[in-house]
Amino acid sequence: MELIWFMIVAFMLVCYVILDGFDIGAGIVHYFVGRNDAERAAVIRSIGPVWDGNEVWLLATGGTLYFAFPALYAAGFSGFYLPLIMVLWLLIMRAAGIELRHQLEHNQMWTAFWDFVFALASILLAIFFGAALGNVIRGVPLNAEGYFFEPLFTHWGTTGETGILDWFTVLSGVVAFVALAVHGANYLALKTEGEMNERSRMVVKYGWFALVAVTIASLGAVMYVRPTLLDNYYSLPIGWLIPIAVAASLAAIYYFNGKGNDKAAFLSSSVYLAMMLGGAVFGLYPNVLPALDPAYSLTVHNAKAGEYGLSVALIWWPIGIIIALCYYRFLFKTFKGKVVVGEEH
Amino acid sequence: MEANTLDRIQFAFTITYHYIFPQLTMGLAPLIVIFKTLAIKKNDERWNEVARFWGKILGITFLFGVVTGIPMEFQFGTNWAVFSKYAGGVIGQTLAMEGTFAFFLESSFIGLFLFGEKRLGQKLHWLSAFLLFVGTWLSGWFIIATNAWMQHPIGYEVAADGSVHLTSFWSLVLNPWAIYQYMHNMGGAFVTGSFAVAALGAFYVLSKRQVEYGKLFLKAGVIAGCISSIWMLFPSGDLQGRMVAKHQPVTLAAMEGLFHSEEGAGIAIIGQPDMEKKRLDNSIIIPNALSFITYQRWDAHVRGLDAFPEDQHPDNIPLLYYSFHIMVGLGTIFIAIMIVAAFWLWRGRLYDSNWLLWILMLLFPFPFIANTVGWMVAELGRQPWLVYGLFRTEHGASHMVSSGNVMFTLLGFFGMYTVLTLLYIFLMLRCIEHGADELGISTQQESNL
Repeated sequence: MELIWFMIVAFMLVCYVILDGFDIGAGIVHYFVGRNDAERAAVIRSIGPVWDGNEVWLLATGGTLYFAFPALYAAGFSGFYLPLIMVLWLLIMRAAGIELRHQLEHNQMWTAFWDFVFALASILLAIFFGAALGNVIRGVPLNAEGYFFEPLFTHWGTTGETGILDWFTVLSGVVAFVALAVHGANYLALKTEGEMNERSRMVVKYGWFALVAVTIASLGAVMYVRPTLLDNYYSLPIGWLIPIAVAASLAAIYYFNGKGNDKAAFLSSSVYLAMMLGGAVFGLYPNVLPALDPAYSLTVHNAKAGEYGLSVALIWWPIGIIIALCYYRFLFKTFKGKVVVGEEH
Repeated sequence: MEANTLDRIQFAFTITYHYIFPQLTMGLAPLIVIFKTLAIKKNDERWNEVARFWGKILGITFLFGVVTGIPMEFQFGTNWAVFSKYAGGVIGQTLAMEGTFAFFLESSFIGLFLFGEKRLGQKLHWLSAFLLFVGTWLSGWFIIATNAWMQHPIGYEVAADGSVHLTSFWSLVLNPWAIYQYMHNMGGAFVTGSFAVAALGAFYVLSKRQVEYGKLFLKAGVIAGCISSIWMLFPSGDLQGRMVAKHQPVTLAAMEGLFHSEEGAGIAIIGQPDMEKKRLDNSIIIPNALSFITYQRWDAHVRGLDAFPEDQHPDNIPLLYYSFHIMVGLGTIFIAIMIVAAFWLWRGRLYDSNWLLWILMLLFPFPFIANTVGWMVAELGRQPWLVYGLFRTEHGASHMVSSGNVMFTLLGFFGMYTVLTLLYIFLMLRCIEHGADELGISTQQESNL
């Protein structure tokens, strides 16, 4: 039962990262792809009707985590207190940037301000999310009661009194930043025409080299910081398909980008994100929040909720998600096609 | 200040601020469905303009509701970790269902409703308005069910590790407390929505701009406002009050300022609770009324605060007392004004009665106040418990998060929400300035392009 809910939460997290990932990514490359006011308006319009639904995956994942693994929710959210509250502020700023920009469409000062807010908040969010994942992989200073608290930074090392930010988690943040930039650029290439489309493809083309470099660097760093992550791979060798898929998806991004097949390139970067996360999740199991002192690690076994609650949710959860996927299909179908520069909202 | 106090202030502040927006969106959503229905049934483009105008207001308000709502779910974990570990297996369930069943629905159809009218056509556009309404009201249900479990916990068992486990899904989702609280709360949201529509209508008629739309707003707002404000007293308020009397009698005593148990207890209309002398100062009391309302007998025995041990008393009795009295007082005034306005509307005199239009216009902030103090009654009345009778508020906060860190984020929220407030007021004034008709012209221009 706990394995099922572990996989469900992982699935929802992957959905969140792929979906909100492309609109956060669009924010990262906002100024590269949109060179003037009308083009930046087109960037915003391309994510306008969908970003809110994408962000709902974060809330739905949070809610699912909350009832399936209450002890994890309690420990993780209070332990990452400062960065999570800052994430909230960034989410508020970013949403305002997206939705308020077009309220005064013809006021250049207004749109310039919100463009900046949107881009900045997107960049910081990508780095924060990456650093958060880095913390989970590195492990946190959980105590015997199952709680911890980390300041934003301490001595930048991965042992002893750790902070949210150290060399390893910053590296994870950079990986997330580059990966979402490429992913977002792929999305914009898919949704735009002409010069904007060309510039999006350029971002993917050059971003790709950075992505390969940081991916290799981060895999090496994981081996150094948490070598036990490989244990599951040795005991269940089918897991090695995941790193192979990471490599294959990287190659596919480059290939389809070169061919000008934006849809396939976007799907490839989606697979890349899913596999990177999947690889981490596969290695972590049964831990959900490893402790620096392994005796205090939170696992699916000691963090799960009651058996009845978990089984009854197995009935409503699939129903809800299937209905939600139907809305999604309808929404994306209604707003399919490319956005045109200069069109009114 | 201690961390626990700051955690409480931060949650109270962020939830109070947040609820300004959902009460308006939940109130406007059904009204917009009505506007769209009228437009299609009567084949009257003016009602479509009305729907578009309030849709724009709803869209902006919805955004503010979303961005201030995300912190609420997060804060259960960040600031109330011990409580979350204790009760997450139960209340996490309804919160997750809100995400899965309501948020996906709302977020998909708000986009379709706001930007999809041309692509969808009128029938599908009506359907998106309707599904948006269903989404916002479903969301309300899951939040009320979560709160109702904290007010009146049922369908659970205490597990070996001390946390609570769910034992009955339907008890959680269809908690009787939730049913009455939902009726009352959604009625309150509908009051806010209809009063806002009426107030803006009054403003347009008084300022002699957009008079035609102003009259439509007034007609819809006054009829809806009259029905909903009566609904708040009877049956929903009455039923909700009986739930409190039955399951939280000490809360009832504190709300009413009843310090001593009495046969034939009266209701205090006004008066200030004197906590030192245990009495109401300067009170005006309707004799025997409380006994009758609670137990339907004029001489029934009503337990006062002295019938309960002090450690069970709500920890801020005066604030609870005032919240309740402001809510009931405002609700009574709303009913009186709306009955007069509805009568004047029926007699065809409303649009020329400047004095009444002024009152309707100036009334618009008060439903927000009434809804806010209503929630304060529920939440202060639940104290000193986080989960009534089971888990005390003082034990719930994250003990690893220091008071300095909470102070930092609390100040951050103050700053962030001050900016949001300024933006919201600015955008609302702009919408009102543009009005319904100008929007219509710009839409036509767009479709001509």
